[in-house]
Amino acid sequence: MNPPASTPNWTALRADFPILHQTVHGHPLVYLDNAATTQKPRSVIDSLVRYYERDNANVHRAIHELSYRATTAYEAARARAARFINAAAEEIVFTRGTTEGINLLAYVFTPRLRPGDAILVTEMEHHSNLVPWQLLARRTGARLRFVPVTGDNGALDLDRLDALLVDGVKLFSFAHISNSLGTINPAADLCARARRHGVLSVIDAAQSAGHLPLDVQALGCDFLAFSGHKMAGPTGIGVLYGRHALLESLDPFQGGGEMIASVQFQESTWARIPHKFEAGTPDIAGAIGLHAAMDYLEAVGRAAIGAHDAELARQAAEGLRRIPGLRLLGPAEDRGGLVSFALAGVHAHDVVTLADQEGVALRGGHHCTQPLLRKLGLPATTRASFYLYNTPEEVDRFVETIRRAAQFFGAGA
Amino acid sequence: MDLTELYQSVILDHNRRPRNFRKLPDANRIAAGNNPVCGDEITVFIRTEGDRIADIAFQGAGCAISQASASVMTQRLKGRTIAEAEALFGRFRTIVGEGTPDEEDLDLSAFAGVHQFPARIKCATLAWHAALNALHGQTSTAVTE
Repeated sequence: MNPPASTPNWTALRADFPILHQTVHGHPLVYLDNAATTQKPRSVIDSLVRYYERDNANVHRAIHELSYRATTAYEAARARAARFINAAAEEIVFTRGTTEGINLLAYVFTPRLRPGDAILVTEMEHHSNLVPWQLLARRTGARLRFVPVTGDNGALDLDRLDALLVDGVKLFSFAHISNSLGTINPAADLCARARRHGVLSVIDAAQSAGHLPLDVQALGCDFLAFSGHKMAGPTGIGVLYGRHALLESLDPFQGGGEMIASVQFQESTWARIPHKFEAGTPDIAGAIGLHAAMDYLEAVGRAAIGAHDAELARQAAEGLRRIPGLRLLGPAEDRGGLVSFALAGVHAHDVVTLADQEGVALRGGHHCTQPLLRKLGLPATTRASFYLYNTPEEVDRFVETIRRAAQFFGAGA
Repeated sequence: MDLTELYQSVILDHNRRPRNFRKLPDANRIAAGNNPVCGDEITVFIRTEGDRIADIAFQGAGCAISQASASVMTQRLKGRTIAEAEALFGRFRTIVGEGTPDEEDLDLSAFAGVHQFPARIKCATLAWHAALNALHGQTSTAVTE
């Protein structure tokens, strides 16, 4: 591994991912469900084994050698995550993933919202960036407001954004890259416009953290959440970034060990940030695995990964457009590393079953974006999402599989 | 396995041209079914006379297995008593659960291949759950997942 960042040898990188080298239903595996979760390189798997075989202990508590090592490794992972997005270490809160990061925010903002306030999201949000805000609205009497999606091209109606950022809006939360459309939203512009209106911005970076260089200073966001498992890291670990002053001013999320400074029978005082938001024993191994994943991605180069994924998606879109009866969603240009589509008269799960029989792993369904698909008049779509280990040959196999599915089920007939 | 074992011609045909795909304006039993995992949705309309199913129809959207199963079901249940409907569902569950075709019921046996796709069994049984709920007078939505 560790090829020069300018010209990664994509085919050689496949050797770093043990899981790819198998057959499924008699065919070489083509794994195209990366927007759901990505595969892990050997270095990440080894980091977990090494931790459990050598260093495992609880963090921040004991003063014995193993605890020292575990604490050092856990905090090194935090520092690594901070460098990964150009933040300070105390601005990095470890979570279980993007979903928990957004739920944490929605919870700690409860005392800050009152009836008449509003939370702005977009129509393309994953349920994890919608339902937590619905719960916050229910707790506080605030309302949800939506930036519309203009249609199949998957663009946000940004002409209306400034008009939506007024009248009591306190928070604006949006996906950096849409998991069901592939749209890349102009995150820095959205955050700047939110700030001009005095609205705090939250970026759901679940689909971008492993695919694009992220710099929270350049983005100008107030909060940003992502998941380790969607960027070559383990499941169960994620990051919530929050600006220092904001994290300082917010109340804790969960109570317990680790998050306190001093506890008495009636009341307690909190630890400093970020520990104030990390009650209980954290996913130490997960953080160490995430550290290894960030090292891996940075060695390959995130800009190069993003360009690679986007090129595969462009190739896939070009092939799919030639299939009669196929309705392709998402932007015509500047598409993120995925394609999402519907075949006339054919349900996504039938397409996915056929593809699976040929060793091609796809996702069919509403992709946790039910309101969006309902608006577009689709019960489900089929999605292929790409990552650094996918190849143009695999994209060709995928497009051929979809062509066969269209014929088999008589799409548009 | 060969994909045509799962998607037999009976299934593909019923999926492309579902039978009894309509609302029943004079239905006296209605029940919905949905599968939140895949988004399959179905509504079954039944008009009973005594304990006999005088008419049955359905509407919905979903995969080929769920749509074809609903279509075949409406054909097989029309004119049956509630007890006969229950017995037929039992036979159908055996076919899809164990993969054993029933030579006396070729249309239901078309679903035997579903047995090899455990994740899809719920697609095949969704309409039946909704129909039995309707017949038993339950108004809640049948959920399979």
